[in-house]
Amino acid sequence: MSITEQQAVTTAMAIAEVERLRADFPILGEQVNGHPLVYLDSAATSQRPTRVMDAERDFAEHRNSAVHRGAHTLAAEATELFENARATVARFIGARENEIVWTSNATEALNLVAYSFSNASLGRGGADAERFRLGAGDEIVVTEMEHHANLVPWQELAARTGATLRVIGLNDDGTLRMDEAAAVIGERTRLVCFTHVSNVLGTINPVEQLVALARGVGALVVLDACQSAPHRPLDVVALGVDFAAFSGHKMLGPTGVGVLYGRAELLDAMPPFLTGGSMITTVTLEGAAYLPAPQRFEAGTQRVSQAIALATAVDYLNEVGIDRIHHWESALGQRLVEGLEQIPGVRVLGPAAGVDRAGLASFVFDGVHAHDVGQYLDDLGIAVRVGHHCAQPLHRRFGVTASTRASTYLYTTPDEVDAFLDGVRGVGSFFGVGSSGTAR
Amino acid sequence: MSSGLEGLYQEVIMDHSRRPHGQGLKDGQVAESRQINPTCGDEITLRVHAGEAGIASISWEGHGCAISQASASLLSDLIVDLDAQAVRERIAAFRELMRSRGELEGDDELLGDAIVLGGVSRYVARVKCAMLAWVALEDALQRVEP
Repeated sequence: MSITEQQAVTTAMAIAEVERLRADFPILGEQVNGHPLVYLDSAATSQRPTRVMDAERDFAEHRNSAVHRGAHTLAAEATELFENARATVARFIGARENEIVWTSNATEALNLVAYSFSNASLGRGGADAERFRLGAGDEIVVTEMEHHANLVPWQELAARTGATLRVIGLNDDGTLRMDEAAAVIGERTRLVCFTHVSNVLGTINPVEQLVALARGVGALVVLDACQSAPHRPLDVVALGVDFAAFSGHKMLGPTGVGVLYGRAELLDAMPPFLTGGSMITTVTLEGAAYLPAPQRFEAGTQRVSQAIALATAVDYLNEVGIDRIHHWESALGQRLVEGLEQIPGVRVLGPAAGVDRAGLASFVFDGVHAHDVGQYLDDLGIAVRVGHHCAQPLHRRFGVTASTRASTYLYTTPDEVDAFLDGVRGVGSFFGVGSSGTAR
Repeated sequence: MSSGLEGLYQEVIMDHSRRPHGQGLKDGQVAESRQINPTCGDEITLRVHAGEAGIASISWEGHGCAISQASASLLSDLIVDLDAQAVRERIAAFRELMRSRGELEGDDELLGDAIVLGGVSRYVARVKCAMLAWVALEDALQRVEP
């Protein structure tokens, strides 16, 4: 371990360092509606340091060319950068290079798995793909807290193959009903798909326990890592998941690039999803043979500058230290919930203060719709997410249609959390709702 | 608080959102429409009731933000004994106001108190909230037998 790595493990992030980091993010100096921007929507999309933006521009200015084709110097350099980026992302989550597939976003990554299973179920992929074939009597298990991206593709896969979708419900405190998980995951289960960290509740799911249940019945595990990969150490091999998906734009990277991790043995046996150029070995007029993973799943021209910029973002996260970022945000998450719980009329969704959670919190304000809460906060320069956060079943479970979410990142300060809490305290009087929820 | 936000949430709007008019579905409709704002999950079910002039009234049920609730309420006040063409004119005038980005004041002869929603047009993200009930009425009108 190098000296810097050692420091990274032992020294907690402090406000002085965060203030220094903030200087790397030009947008954080913006004024919004006459107030300094308080950006609390990083769970939707994070901001980018200058270095990440420079990486894209630098590629366009000096290295732009097609990867994996052409023999000229620029093409070779572009290919090397592109593959180095893959290696960087692989190391970040404890995977090997050939286990990382570039996608447009996490949604496409999850659909890639679903459609590969679907194609296998149609008989594609030969004997190797036998294990991915689904039909009547097979079951796919999801949870009630899933983002639509990790729910709808499985609903569709079930509908296409005749498999049945089963659901693990939630406790009132926003945790998974593990008794139900043990009952639902059974001999018929072929796939278990769940999120690592809830994008609404901030709940951190017990991945190891769910993997053990899936392993016990020979089912494969798909992990939605969108809210974990950017914010906490993630080791897909240690967790034992078969697939994991996350997005670049939630981890200081650009939009347009996402990542699918798949165990090499599985990816190499899965039939392709998107087909065309760059993913074949031999093509005749009658048919084609495919490259091994990851190229098998990377048809057509790739998002090269975005991948390189994402690797630059990962370098940035590594330099700060993902473990240190995790601790910083955990404290901010607690500060959010502790503050919100004290405000009359506010109901926090998910774990109570004192319980481990991600650095985000969603709440409903009695008598004031989330859109109106968000509008009020926006007027103060505070950016939060309002609505169902692409998790309608979760909101239905808690008897609401919309909530307001504040989410933090490594550049968020305690002062910003406090400014947000002050803002929420002003909501009741502005909208004429007292602590009892009655109109003025 | 800036005047901008006060302009958006005018007292008339807040009153309508707290005690909405026309809320509660009535029987005897000639047409019905259900509309959802997919970005936030807000929804409305709106019914058209026939009368001598053509359209006697509307009734509705739904949930959403203060803007969407007040807008449905103000629309209910507006649609009283009108023919279908007059209703369409009012919907068109309201849509024009909502798309004006604060440039128009709104025609109070056509829109009545609903012109107070003009401030919404400065907040592009909220225009859909204000339009929800009006889109439902427009959709329902298309289902009314000519």
